[in-house]
Amino acid sequence: MRIKKDTLYSFLLVLPSLAAVAIFVYGFIGWTLRVSLSQWTGLLPDYTWVGLQNFVNLFQDPRFFIDIRNTVIFTLVFISGSLIIGMGTAVLLDQNIRAEGFFRSVYLFPMAISFIVTGVVWRWLMNPAMGSRMSGLNLLFSSLGLDFLVNQWHTTPVWGIAAIALPAVWQMSGYTMALYLAGLRAIPDELREAARVDGASEVQIFSNIVFPLLRPVTLSAMVILGHISLKVFDLIVAVAGKQIPLDVPAIYMWQTTFDGYFFGRGAAIGIFLLISVAVLIVPYLVFSLRGEVEL
Amino acid sequence: MSRKHARPWLYVPLALMAVFYLAPVYVMITTGLKGFDEISLKNMWVLPSSGIHFDNFTAAFEKLAPYLWNSFNMVLPAAVLSSILGSLNGFVLAKWKFRGADVVFPLILFGMFIPYQSVLIPLVEFMKQTGLYGGLPGLMLTHVIYGLPITTLTFRNYFASVPKEMVEAARMDGAGLLATYGYIFLPIAVPSFVVAIIWQFTAAWNDFLFAVVLTNPANWPITVALNNMAGSQIIAWNVQMAGSLLAALPTLVVYIFLGRYFLRGLMAGALKG
Repeated sequence: MRIKKDTLYSFLLVLPSLAAVAIFVYGFIGWTLRVSLSQWTGLLPDYTWVGLQNFVNLFQDPRFFIDIRNTVIFTLVFISGSLIIGMGTAVLLDQNIRAEGFFRSVYLFPMAISFIVTGVVWRWLMNPAMGSRMSGLNLLFSSLGLDFLVNQWHTTPVWGIAAIALPAVWQMSGYTMALYLAGLRAIPDELREAARVDGASEVQIFSNIVFPLLRPVTLSAMVILGHISLKVFDLIVAVAGKQIPLDVPAIYMWQTTFDGYFFGRGAAIGIFLLISVAVLIVPYLVFSLRGEVEL
Repeated sequence: MSRKHARPWLYVPLALMAVFYLAPVYVMITTGLKGFDEISLKNMWVLPSSGIHFDNFTAAFEKLAPYLWNSFNMVLPAAVLSSILGSLNGFVLAKWKFRGADVVFPLILFGMFIPYQSVLIPLVEFMKQTGLYGGLPGLMLTHVIYGLPITTLTFRNYFASVPKEMVEAARMDGAGLLATYGYIFLPIAVPSFVVAIIWQFTAAWNDFLFAVVLTNPANWPITVALNNMAGSQIIAWNVQMAGSLLAALPTLVVYIFLGRYFLRGLMAGALKG
């Protein structure tokens, strides 16, 4: 049987990739899980079983509490900022704008740069120095007479992490715009035309027709942005280094594992992050792939 | 189009948003072009007044050149290899399915979303045991493997849109698996290769986490070197700004010239085809 043999070959063709993913993704996750259940501290591996002790310790750890609080604040500011700016700019761009391509390219270009570059530049823009040493955005606000906007940025107690969400919004809102624009372009013009013929105003058309039809886009954007937010790491490192007030799980994991050699604890944080992301992503994957049609 | 052009006031918010996105670039470029005598944080928003100087770029380039080179050496092969493997996977998973292919695909895809903190400890152990720890080949291998989900997705989605009659016709003509891939699917997949390669190029170039954990200082790629430079008290902010622009330039150039393909990669990442 020719076809049967070819099917075997097709499996052999993808076998190297499958093996790589099986080992480096699933095998390594299993290995990390095993480390998270061990007491491994120090340079030499120690797989002595301690059950869920690392996780219990983590949830009693004041630093981990700060991490969770920071992640929640960051996520809320980052997602709402990106959604509002992304939807706003997409709706504006959908109004038959001249030079639409130019605006679109400008809004989207930050996606091409690394969080490290963004962070290094924004750390100077968000310089918290006051008075005669004022610079960056504070200086700009002050010279424009907008003194009420002058603030401490990421050095603000508790809410400093919200300032880090600003460069994150700068970087990802254009992407959100692109998702919304694709959604808007998928709405047939006839729907809007029909409403116009019936005498609906543009505002009514948006709130009663367009906005509800964009709900799936909003949901996808929230899932994508949400999982980025849970993993946020390099942006914070580039803006502020490793400071406890701006700590998040990803930084804690990096520091405790590779600077402090608390491998068991680091692995537990890794598993915690994985579960948080999986809760968000797995339903999304299942839902996205279910609707596929075979050609 | 029956609709008339937009009302003029709509351009006000559009222009304001453009200012928001471009302001950091303005600071990066103008700072980079000022002479050392003009540099002060007070003058951050002012245009260069004593002519154009490239002092900052020269100073930044002298410090960063070896790391830019490290990045190029590691990122280019990683992007190409990952895309070739992705095209084979995409072809098989879309058009030459083995039993269980539909279960395997979502399992591969999930690898795209995992927080890499959940594989980092074993990855470092693996690299140490294979002697790849600290060097660029290990980092390259890492990018090839963790790039497989998105490249596989890109090609699978594209090949899924090819009518299956094409495969059947090729089979009738006696073409086997590799011939069908090589003569029919590979030639039409050029746009997907562009998408996959520039997407992988951008992702690997911009990566920080794998790089900072897996390489030693001599092999640092640009992101790690730039972050290290920014954290140092000795190097002035103006040189950091110029360095940031140098670090961003390769992916920006790709974006400016191949933006259309870049966008398609982005959309694929959100599973939007």
